[in-house]
Amino acid sequence: MLYREAGQFKTSYAADQALLPIAQDRIGLFVILISAFLFIPAFTSDFFIGAIMIPFLVFALAAVGLNILTGYAGQLSLGTGAFMGVGAYSCYKLATYFPDTNIIILILCSGVFSAIAGIAFGLPSLRIKGLYLAITTLAAQFFLEWCFLRIEWLYNYNDSGAIEVPQRKLFDIAITGASASPVARYLVILSIVALLTLVAANVLRGRIGRSWMMIRDMDIAAELMGIRPLYAKLSAFAFSSYYCGVAGALMVFMWLGSAEVEAFDINHSFLILFMVIIGGMGSLTGCFMGAAFIWVLPVIIRAVPSMLGLDLIAATTEHITNIVIGVLIIFFLIVEPHGLARLWQIAKEKLRTWPFPYSST
Amino acid sequence: MDVLLSVFVEPFQEMLAFPDFFLQVIWEGFVAGVLYSLIALGFVLIYKASGVFNFAQGIMVVFAALVLVSLHEMGVPAWLAVVLSLGVMALLAVGIERMVLRKLVNQHDAILLMATIGLTLILKGVGQLFFGGEPKPMITEQLGLPTGSTDLEVFGGLVILQHIDVAATVIALLMVIALAVFFSKTRIGRALRAVADDHQAALSVGISLNQIWAIVWFASGIVALVTGIMWGARSEVSFALEIIALKALAVLILGGFTSIPGAIVGGLIIGIGEKMFEVYWGALLGSGVEAWFAYVLALIFLLFRPQGLFGERIIERV
Repeated sequence: MLYREAGQFKTSYAADQALLPIAQDRIGLFVILISAFLFIPAFTSDFFIGAIMIPFLVFALAAVGLNILTGYAGQLSLGTGAFMGVGAYSCYKLATYFPDTNIIILILCSGVFSAIAGIAFGLPSLRIKGLYLAITTLAAQFFLEWCFLRIEWLYNYNDSGAIEVPQRKLFDIAITGASASPVARYLVILSIVALLTLVAANVLRGRIGRSWMMIRDMDIAAELMGIRPLYAKLSAFAFSSYYCGVAGALMVFMWLGSAEVEAFDINHSFLILFMVIIGGMGSLTGCFMGAAFIWVLPVIIRAVPSMLGLDLIAATTEHITNIVIGVLIIFFLIVEPHGLARLWQIAKEKLRTWPFPYSST
Repeated sequence: MDVLLSVFVEPFQEMLAFPDFFLQVIWEGFVAGVLYSLIALGFVLIYKASGVFNFAQGIMVVFAALVLVSLHEMGVPAWLAVVLSLGVMALLAVGIERMVLRKLVNQHDAILLMATIGLTLILKGVGQLFFGGEPKPMITEQLGLPTGSTDLEVFGGLVILQHIDVAATVIALLMVIALAVFFSKTRIGRALRAVADDHQAALSVGISLNQIWAIVWFASGIVALVTGIMWGARSEVSFALEIIALKALAVLILGGFTSIPGAIVGGLIIGIGEKMFEVYWGALLGSGVEAWFAYVLALIFLLFRPQGLFGERIIERV
């Protein structure tokens, strides 16, 4: 009843091609953005913003990156963590060499280095595909991880081997470093994530995005129809890695504050892959749903035993989290291989005809 | 010039100058390669029969070894513990077939791969929950496996052979022979090959796919247990093995997903290559190159031969 597009007439081609053609969607997105930008900073605690919202946004951005590659271009990748690392380390080096440049510009630039790494490790995708390709991305993961550990130049030859985030300001408000408030960091991340997601949504429905989807659906047929696999595949790798790189830079600069190699290990690659699977392959909304689900679920599992008055050790809850996530992944693959995004779409379809599901619309 | 010299000349000079050390390196690499081959073998078995790329093979190795060691800790005699662990692997195989594979018939490769990643998480969580996360020593002596070492005199130097390594090689060889016989001589083995060739044709001549899948997962469960025992005896049983087991993926690329000889040859190439690279060239790059050498070798290899050493030629049609 509420979600029905009856009476919304499109009178121009521009309206027909709009990103959100249905008025309710536009209102919904507007409400989400308003609450994200205004209500969450105003009414929630620093803990909620720092421990839940910031990681959620970082992982959502990384999931968007992986989803571009895996969900839209059909190239399975297990190297997301390493590409995030390239972004983080290059942002750190940029911040060392250009201390006066605005940190947000540096973060956005650091994705470019990650994109270059993505193109380099995407080259095998021209000859191999599917599972074989997934394994070659493991080469990227382990090789880059080794680089982060062994090339001391990357962490400025310091003894700890960790990258420490310097203090940087925007409009005289500290946004990185130890003294930056969670709210300031949150707002910066939110703006970057919102902007990049908008760009992704437009790229994906444009010519490049459609060529990725053609490659995904059937590469030989796409080639016969005039899509160049070289450009399509490598641009997908570049775009995807750019997003992962920015997410990695954000992760270190805006969330963790300092990071070692372990922050970019293969478990993170898997974590982001899970977000994409559970959220839904080939859906941007799904990335956010998946990231929220995977990140918030452990928080809930940790909270449940104490609410019930049970006293579990932290390690035990971690094992239980592992099991639950594993079961959920299999459950989702069996019941709804297209993830939460598809469930949301089905719900919307139902809403359109509710309360008269059998009347013709 | 110095760089060229240290890449192309000095390592070989070193090999010739100390042939006994060179042999030792080859032997160590060979044994590591045998273990990679064993893990890869488990992958190949499942991939051939069900088209599932079983990411969980590595954790199955850890899980099987953990069950065995923990049973023995509870006071079960070693031989009974082996039998019981085999029982657990059989239950696991049937369970996976019932709960996961049967529901995912006809799904895309990537979806099946992800299901096994989910399975990895479950097995890891269950393993850590029940058996604890800390490393455990393998019950080598109780199983009647040899310990100790022999020094061989070669080229005026010494090559140390650990008995357990020799045993691992022999057992791996026996297992491959047993599998080969099983595949070619028995009724179930032939049914497995039929399923591997063509699911639909196999179904139409009355082979039960569900049964075959359970059997093949059990077979790779046995391989996993043997691998776990061997690996545990060389170092210890811990979850760190899971990351090492990922190297078997690189082995698979070299050998091809569907070839048992490929898995073995690939494993040996990776094992020996990695050890030699680490010892003779590793110092140039800083140590720790073992972590990625296997994958990069596989990647370079793939560029020239996408279907692997012995894999079937990939023919694509629109």
